[in-house]
Amino acid sequence: MIFKEKLENHGLELLRAAAAVLQINVGFKCNLACRHCHLESDPKRPEMMELRTIEAVIACAGRMSFGTIDITGGAPELLPDLPGLVEELARLTPRLILRTNLVALARPEMTHLVDLYSRNRVAIVASLPSVSSAQTDAQRGAGVWGESISALRLLNAIGYGREGTGLTLDLVSNPAGAFLPASQAQSERKFRHDLGIKHGIAFTNLFTFANMPLGRFRTWLEESGNLDAYLKKLEDSFNPCTVEHLMCRTTLSVDWQGFLYDCDFNLAARLYHSGSKKHISELPGLPMEGVSIAVGDHCYACTAGPGFT
Amino acid sequence: MKTYYDPEDLAKFDQIGENAPDLAKKFFDYYGAVFAEGALTEREKALIALAVAHAVQCPYCIDAYTVACLEKGSNLEEMTEAIHVTNAIRGGASLVHGVQMRKVAEKLSM
Repeated sequence: MIFKEKLENHGLELLRAAAAVLQINVGFKCNLACRHCHLESDPKRPEMMELRTIEAVIACAGRMSFGTIDITGGAPELLPDLPGLVEELARLTPRLILRTNLVALARPEMTHLVDLYSRNRVAIVASLPSVSSAQTDAQRGAGVWGESISALRLLNAIGYGREGTGLTLDLVSNPAGAFLPASQAQSERKFRHDLGIKHGIAFTNLFTFANMPLGRFRTWLEESGNLDAYLKKLEDSFNPCTVEHLMCRTTLSVDWQGFLYDCDFNLAARLYHSGSKKHISELPGLPMEGVSIAVGDHCYACTAGPGFT
Repeated sequence: MKTYYDPEDLAKFDQIGENAPDLAKKFFDYYGAVFAEGALTEREKALIALAVAHAVQCPYCIDAYTVACLEKGSNLEEMTEAIHVTNAIRGGASLVHGVQMRKVAEKLSM
């Protein structure tokens, strides 16, 4: 059953609530080519946000009030204008988040970014699929585990993830395959134990997300013969109670060219905010509450079980 | 019936209750309670179940608890070690009966 019908069968509609989050996808270029990436990011992708788009995004953040601004990619570290973007946005929002794959941050030429993040009180959200080196490398590439641990140590060394510093270091775990994530609370206990005992690493919170049947992960599902079973698993796990709290209700997502979506997954699926292609520079004000959100079958990944956004 | 085991039959497990609903309800309620988080975590219980599944060599259980272990956050190293526990106990159980063999043989031998 398509997602829209599933909502209707439960008497639900997916409508926008008050916008609280501006998510900025600075582009698809990435130093990694993760097998679960819904955006198919990799080192060869040329798409990165240009300066005039960055200026339009900053102008929008200045015109409107977002409680949270969330910078993602690709690998944001590969954006040449990232320092300016971070410094401008840090002044415009009480909570600035930056998502990192850790490996990009572990490069010696990127260490200045750690100081930039710390100085601007940027909350770091770091991808770490598993406490198993084999599972991590299988999903994200050979050697990723070791470099991720190095980057986490670097962040811990300046206070990220350490109690009392106010520097937030959250981890995000995605399953290394066609199965659902473990419960967040149980996973967090295991990550805290294993990373703490074996590697001396501390973090603030762990979030678990289901893999999106989009992009490179969908291709892998098809090629490995897992697509139908995975889609059925997501649909069978539909939990109507999650709909009210989905992130797309309060998020405005902008792509590297400045076009708007309700979330980063709709960005990958090219499902535009309010149903038509609109540039951030044309946005007159915060999105109206009650406007319909475009949906696709990938939305089942956010409504499975306890919900993952 | 082409084979005795069909993966699709696993999803029909609840049909076992059609002719004995009260017993099935008691079993499934108990089953659910056993696997809920308690003194052991759900992840630890799934690993035990995976090991037992290999001991009783139930293809349905191996399928179900491989998925359960992954979804509870275990990895292949941990799951493989769990199967070695099965193997050690099964092998050890055979070997320790050698003590009986030796007692009988010693009694009969000069």
